[in-house]
Amino acid sequence: MLNNPLDFEKPIAELDDLIDEFKLASREPEMRADAELKGIDIELQIAELETKREALMTQIFANLTPWNEVQMARHKDRPYTLDYIRTIFKDFMELHGDRTNADDPAIVGGFAKFQGESVVVLGHQKARDLKERQLRNFGSARPSGFRKALRLMKLAEKFSRPLIIFVDTPAAEANLMAEEEGISSTIAICLREMSVLRTPIIVVIIGEGGSGGALGIAVGDTILMLEHAVYSVIPPEGCAAILWSDRSRAPEASAALKLTAKHAAEFGLIDEVIGEPLGGAHRDHPLIAESVKSSLSYHLDVLKNLSIQDLVDRRYSKFRNMGRWENTDITTAVVHVSSSD
Amino acid sequence: MARGGWFRKQSRNGAAEATVPDGLWSKCPRCGVISFARDVERNLNVCPKCEYHHLITVEQRLTLTVDENSFVEMDAGITSLNPLAFPDYDDKLNSDRAKTGRKEAIVTGRAKIDGQTLLIGIAEFGFRAGSMGGAVGEKIVRLLELAEQENLPVILFTASGGARMQEGLLSLMQMAKTSAALARLDQARIPYIVVITHPTTGGVYASYAALGDVIIAEPGATVGLAGRRVGNQDMGAKLPEDFQTTEFQYRCGMVDQIVHRRDVRGTLGKLLMFLTEARTYVK
Repeated sequence: MLNNPLDFEKPIAELDDLIDEFKLASREPEMRADAELKGIDIELQIAELETKREALMTQIFANLTPWNEVQMARHKDRPYTLDYIRTIFKDFMELHGDRTNADDPAIVGGFAKFQGESVVVLGHQKARDLKERQLRNFGSARPSGFRKALRLMKLAEKFSRPLIIFVDTPAAEANLMAEEEGISSTIAICLREMSVLRTPIIVVIIGEGGSGGALGIAVGDTILMLEHAVYSVIPPEGCAAILWSDRSRAPEASAALKLTAKHAAEFGLIDEVIGEPLGGAHRDHPLIAESVKSSLSYHLDVLKNLSIQDLVDRRYSKFRNMGRWENTDITTAVVHVSSSD
Repeated sequence: MARGGWFRKQSRNGAAEATVPDGLWSKCPRCGVISFARDVERNLNVCPKCEYHHLITVEQRLTLTVDENSFVEMDAGITSLNPLAFPDYDDKLNSDRAKTGRKEAIVTGRAKIDGQTLLIGIAEFGFRAGSMGGAVGEKIVRLLELAEQENLPVILFTASGGARMQEGLLSLMQMAKTSAALARLDQARIPYIVVITHPTTGGVYASYAALGDVIIAEPGATVGLAGRRVGNQDMGAKLPEDFQTTEFQYRCGMVDQIVHRRDVRGTLGKLLMFLTEARTYVK
């Protein structure tokens, strides 16, 4: 059942409700008897509706626009970092504070066990109800959040623990306080330090990959991205404001920015797209958690076979080769279109 | 006509804009005072009245900064592609190439200051607002890798609107790419100096512009993460008048010194002396 259906999900939500009603009826002896009297086969009805719903979802999800993908990535029912931590990890012990002046609730992290192995896990944290959303600053990290993240990364390095990072943020906080506390400098330091951190890093983009606020904790050896997550250099609204002075043209901007998981994979900027259940991760939290877990498990095994020096060298080459350009100098003409592809 | 009658204020409805003859006069974008263009130029393109530091070309910057005839450009042919097939991007690139005579938004090369060899990169703000796409990232990383190979100090003059939107996520990754190269420079103990000039914002400020061993900035420059149009519409609090300027960032501890354009060269010479002197304590 959907708590907060998007416009294009509403026909699905209607079928969900209908199916739920029939299921309820099938459990109530009185209603069951009533239905039998009228010659209605409840189980058959449910089966038919479910088939209809699957066909509808297949059709809707085969035709999502880039803007729909942005809406999916921002879906209020979508699993957040702590949802994954609770289901995939055991013995999570949260650590707080940046050791300078604050603890930013927009980034959570700590020690945990992943399949019996000690790891450090961290990520942006969004929330569902208004009060908690405000507390989490809608997942927009402040300088203290990035400092806390860096502190946890250094702990992972010190104790040779793999680092698993979940990314889900609209953008870094950029208000007066964030500027005063050096948001740009803090992000830059994270980028620099992550690139030489001597422990394996796996990053999973689970929802919104919002520009520098996302990248600030996303320099990893392996970058995974959920099917309906997005990853962009600028929020589509901001892009529309710059191009057309009109934030409401964000849907057009989303198309131009090529911000979907499919595009990120085509450009060679991510290593794997993790498929979501039909209808999106929010329709089946346990199932998507299982997919993320098995993907993490596979990639962690791959990384563990490399020496730390190989790992750091590989990470440098990975980001070193990102970007496309050409050399028009006749003597050394070359077109660079490869990323990791 | 009253004395000074031709110093007409700009009309509010824009119908009769004060026209300033090209080349002879120069109007300060900040204080609005009109001066002899020659006086402004002699003053290193700094407004004689309010000290506003006008944007200057790469050639002007080189003249002000490095030893005469010492600059040798590298990688001048590296230029952007349009990997996203972003609307109008090809046209914009072509018109900026024609306008600036450059292939990209940064010029890099080898030069000398007070006889000391170094590698230098200077942003060309006239090219796509100095923004960082794949070509800019590549040119910077090549400069940094050469610095590591040849053990030469690096100076970058920044001026940028940030990561280049038209190359999407590929541009964002240039932040990681340049910062990773700087991590290696750090480990090799190579000096890296940043000179922030107007304006330095977005993904450039949140990567290599903020990572200098020493960061100096020209006065009055716009320096900050997100412009009002891009970021949260509501900044939440009353903003100080100098929000997102050099002076604001200096007050917040993000900049080592605010340096007037006339003193930049001298300051860099002095810094290079400190940073490249033979190490006193060697294990």
